Amino acid sequence: MSRPERPVDPMFVPPLVKTPRRSFNLQRLKRRPSMRSAVIALAVVIAAGLLLPLLAPQDPYDLNSFSVMDNRLPPGERSMDGLTFWLGTDSQGRDMVSAILFGLRVSLLVGLTATAIALTIGVTVGLFAVNFGGKIDALLMRLVDFILGFPSILVALVLLAVMGRGVDKVVFAIVAVQWAIYARIMRAAALVERRKEYVEAAQNLGYSNGRIMFRHLLPNSIGAVLVVATIQVAHAITLEATLSFLGVGVPVTRPSLGLLVANGFEFLLSGEYWISVFPGLALVVLIFSLNLVGDRMRRAFEARRA
Amino acid sequence: MNARLLGTLGLAILPAIVPVSAGAEALRIALASEPTAADPHYHNVSPNNALGKYIFDALAATNADQKAVPGLASSWQAVDDTTWVFKLRSGVKFTNGDPFDVNDVIFTFCRVMNNPQSVAGSFTPYVTAFAKVETPDNLTLKITTKTPDPLIPEKLAEIAILSDSIVPHGEITFDLEKKCGVTGEWPTLAQLNSGEATIGTGPFKLVKYVKGAGVELVRNDGYWGEKPAWDKVSLLPVPNAGPRLAGLLAGDYDLIESPSARDANNLKKDPKFSITTKPSNRVIFLQFDIERDKSPFVETADGKNPFKDERVRRAVSLAIDRNVIVKRIMDDAAAPASQFVPETMFGAQPKPEPLVYDPKKAKELLAEAGYPNGFKLTLHATNDRYINDGQVAQAIAQFLNRVGIQTEVDAMTSSIFFSRRSKREFSLSQGGWGSSFGGASNFLTQFVATNNKNLGTGRSNYGGWSDPEFDAVISQANATIDEKKRSELLQQAARMALKSLPDIPIHFESTIWAFRKGLSYEGRMDQYTLAAAVKPAR
Amino acid sequence: MGTFVLQRLLQSIGVLLAVSLVVFLAVYAIGDPVELLVSQEATELERDRMIQILGLDRPIWEQYLTFLGNALRGDLGQSFVHGEPAIQLIVSRMPATFELVFFALLLACLVGIPLGLVAGLHSDSRTSRIIMTGSILGYSLPNFWKGMMLILLLSVWVHWLPTSGRGETVTVLGVPLSFLTLDGIRHLVMPVLNLSIPNMALMTRLTASGAAEARLQDYVRFARAKGVRPQGIVRRHILRNILIPIVTVVGVEFGQLIAFSTITETVFAWPGMGKLLITSIYRLDRPVVVAYIMMITFLFVIINLTVDLIYAALDPRVKLMERAS
Repeated sequence: MSRPERPVDPMFVPPLVKTPRRSFNLQRLKRRPSMRSAVIALAVVIAAGLLLPLLAPQDPYDLNSFSVMDNRLPPGERSMDGLTFWLGTDSQGRDMVSAILFGLRVSLLVGLTATAIALTIGVTVGLFAVNFGGKIDALLMRLVDFILGFPSILVALVLLAVMGRGVDKVVFAIVAVQWAIYARIMRAAALVERRKEYVEAAQNLGYSNGRIMFRHLLPNSIGAVLVVATIQVAHAITLEATLSFLGVGVPVTRPSLGLLVANGFEFLLSGEYWISVFPGLALVVLIFSLNLVGDRMRRAFEARRA
Repeated sequence: MNARLLGTLGLAILPAIVPVSAGAEALRIALASEPTAADPHYHNVSPNNALGKYIFDALAATNADQKAVPGLASSWQAVDDTTWVFKLRSGVKFTNGDPFDVNDVIFTFCRVMNNPQSVAGSFTPYVTAFAKVETPDNLTLKITTKTPDPLIPEKLAEIAILSDSIVPHGEITFDLEKKCGVTGEWPTLAQLNSGEATIGTGPFKLVKYVKGAGVELVRNDGYWGEKPAWDKVSLLPVPNAGPRLAGLLAGDYDLIESPSARDANNLKKDPKFSITTKPSNRVIFLQFDIERDKSPFVETADGKNPFKDERVRRAVSLAIDRNVIVKRIMDDAAAPASQFVPETMFGAQPKPEPLVYDPKKAKELLAEAGYPNGFKLTLHATNDRYINDGQVAQAIAQFLNRVGIQTEVDAMTSSIFFSRRSKREFSLSQGGWGSSFGGASNFLTQFVATNNKNLGTGRSNYGGWSDPEFDAVISQANATIDEKKRSELLQQAARMALKSLPDIPIHFESTIWAFRKGLSYEGRMDQYTLAAAVKPAR
Repeated sequence: MGTFVLQRLLQSIGVLLAVSLVVFLAVYAIGDPVELLVSQEATELERDRMIQILGLDRPIWEQYLTFLGNALRGDLGQSFVHGEPAIQLIVSRMPATFELVFFALLLACLVGIPLGLVAGLHSDSRTSRIIMTGSILGYSLPNFWKGMMLILLLSVWVHWLPTSGRGETVTVLGVPLSFLTLDGIRHLVMPVLNLSIPNMALMTRLTASGAAEARLQDYVRFARAKGVRPQGIVRRHILRNILIPIVTVVGVEFGQLIAFSTITETVFAWPGMGKLLITSIYRLDRPVVVAYIMMITFLFVIINLTVDLIYAALDPRVKLMERAS
């Protein structure tokens, strides 16, 4: 039994750092019924976030397309120009349906971009650590421990307090706290992989370090990383929402789901619930389906390994 | 036998009854922001100053409309432009029995100057303006100022008088070199927070001040003025508006500060509660970057700073519908502003020319100024300082977009906003200013007058506006002791500022108090919540 | 063993130094506190005096060295806003946060371990699947939104619980505690629940996977073959074996929760350390922000060290030297 990885995360239980022989079989994964429903849910949310903004009744980022005269209308009310607000309006008169669809897109964009960048950096660092070993490995892993030892929210909070608001800055802050997770998992997976015979054979054949790293170690150990990445997208989205809630995330005129929820907080106690309830629900559906898919992938992954 | 039994019972019951009846005259107030010290000279900010008014008095007091009225001084008079004579109230005692006289006042002036823990000097500018302080007799104070200053009574209303009995001293004179005759250590922040040195003449006595948990006070039965109706007052800091309201509804508090206007409107319908709304001295306004040829957050076709042009500034004002902001964002807890101070304040114009909403005219003016297609702009604002500040900024951005100025909003936490504004990083910023004293002269001197370190004017004139004619009028007003003449000069200055519009007033915030039925509170322009003025309704 | 502890201590000091430098520079970059503290009416002279008193006129490296020197003597500076030592301010807020975190973890264990045992021991049943999916949901609810929904449900709609604050406290040995009064408990319920839900999910999953694994181990099979009753197997063999990771996680989570309570404290206006941190960041109260992060780092270092030591004591297979290198 090994000590659980940090940060402790239900999705990391049990630790995933044992290595696969080959990347897992997607076909088999798709046949599981519970997997299918989770994937469908996720696909629907992502499609809504990416495609539906085109059909949204309003552009909530264009200050000319809504009016403060329509603000804080409850669900079902109509605007002065006859548009029905099915989920009500926010304090600036934005249609909540449009705001949620656009917010979903911002959340997804931030989550996916941050994960992609963090994954690339983390995987590279992990591979380097394994490849060079020794002092470099020890130094890199101390840095990783150091970053993971801190609560991500605090690090991101301080970073953003320094940098100010903006989508790019939020992405930067998330990458800064998340790359270390991939580095650690990649290193662990690649370490095991390197002890395998075929790597030894490749070394004996005189292949270059780079070739072994990217042609052998990378493809054979990336599976564990990708499984974690699904869950980390959910984490990134939660982190973005939380930062926006604390007032250091995306700009106020381009609200993400988290900022929409935060904006509704002060109206909640007066019973104007729709401003924070509906964007929050969208956020939960998105995060839940991502976590569900991630969990099913992990189980399929482990079942195949066993 | 029966009588004895009853007597015994009565004795047994008595201790149980007393706290109950005392409880009935206790007042629990939920504050929106917590005082950071019980030392009245620690930091010159509203929550601290308000707490000071419970425990201490000043030479003058300010009434609900911010006019100076007699306090510890029963009368005063300006003998000439730089000499003031204050007659002190006789028979006043501090809560430790020390009788109040001129020595306490002079000791206080010196303590203000010898308070190294205070934040930013706090009240020192008031005292450094004195050339001499003399005492013809025990209850007469003659203050000579270095320059003519009509605001002396108002300024003295802000300095809480401490008792000189809290330190060892010899003969007290206003001689800062010789520590004014004080021989012991100056009282520290800790001594005043603990209550050890918190000896005042005010309507209440400090029982306990615990940071984060609140302040407990009891009535000062020896108070010289009208005695407050409450034996015991608790001031509880509850920074979030929602919980404050919930506490009022649940009966945890008798009176709360600043419920949100939405909630206040609901409370009006509830027979168990009442509210008071009072216009405050705080104006929300926009400030233009005018001095620079290129401004960092404007993008125009010609590359110039459009705000140099008076017509553009006028257009921005015309584009904003103040009534909609007041109604839809402020829920009517505000008043549209057509000048920088509310009409009831000293030196305000009784009937200012209204700043109207006319988007058509705004577009015409923009076209005339060479911007028929508008320009790009970022409006900077706070999001945690003034009531609904972030939302007001977004609504203003909506209005500006309608006339073709493509406006983005960058709303940030006030600490960053103030730090960046003082470095002049903005092109158009939304600020707020409470004219806590000096009537109409305060805003005009601070924000509109040319920045001049020697004169101390224009300290917040971050846009760099400069108009020598205006400067002449305002500085003349600030040196005029005669009230009628000063008021006229101030009105003239305000008209000049509103013609060239280096700043645009948007609205005046109103302050709301909510309380249980059976109480009444008239409200105060300075937003203080003073338990002595809370009355049980007849 | 001695070498290991020494090595870890030296490492920890290095970490503390690095953190102090990073945090000091970061907080320095946020903004100028003088602008917030000094009244607009203050003259230039007073501004300068203020800047001088706060030590803000000196070069940043000098400010850092002064800070470091004082820190070694246990003085992390005075709060700009409150004029009190930053440590004192933070320590005074500690009981509130610790109380919250303690009950959140307790609740997480009380709910999570039984649920996890059920799920782990019958891992193919419908109940198990519901529990495991439920745990994912519990983990997916963003903390701040969940808190707001609790307020909406339990305060705004049904008026059962107060929305914020600590309620009435009782002082025990100089420490104010909420859980000893009814009013305090009413105030505790929602923040504790809010902080606890993700940890319930964690405990459930941890216990479930441990139990599922232990169930297949030889010693459990032997016990079963010997005829030990199922309750006995769970108590004596399974629970005892999954206790190690649970103890570890409780330790590590304690630190994480103190940090995460920031959000819960913000939503419920709970007067703890996290709330203080957020307010201090907004007010640019540098000494408090730096002191808070230094104290949290210190706490984390201690927790990690303790967890490693306990872990070594519980499981002799862990070689301390290997982990230390």
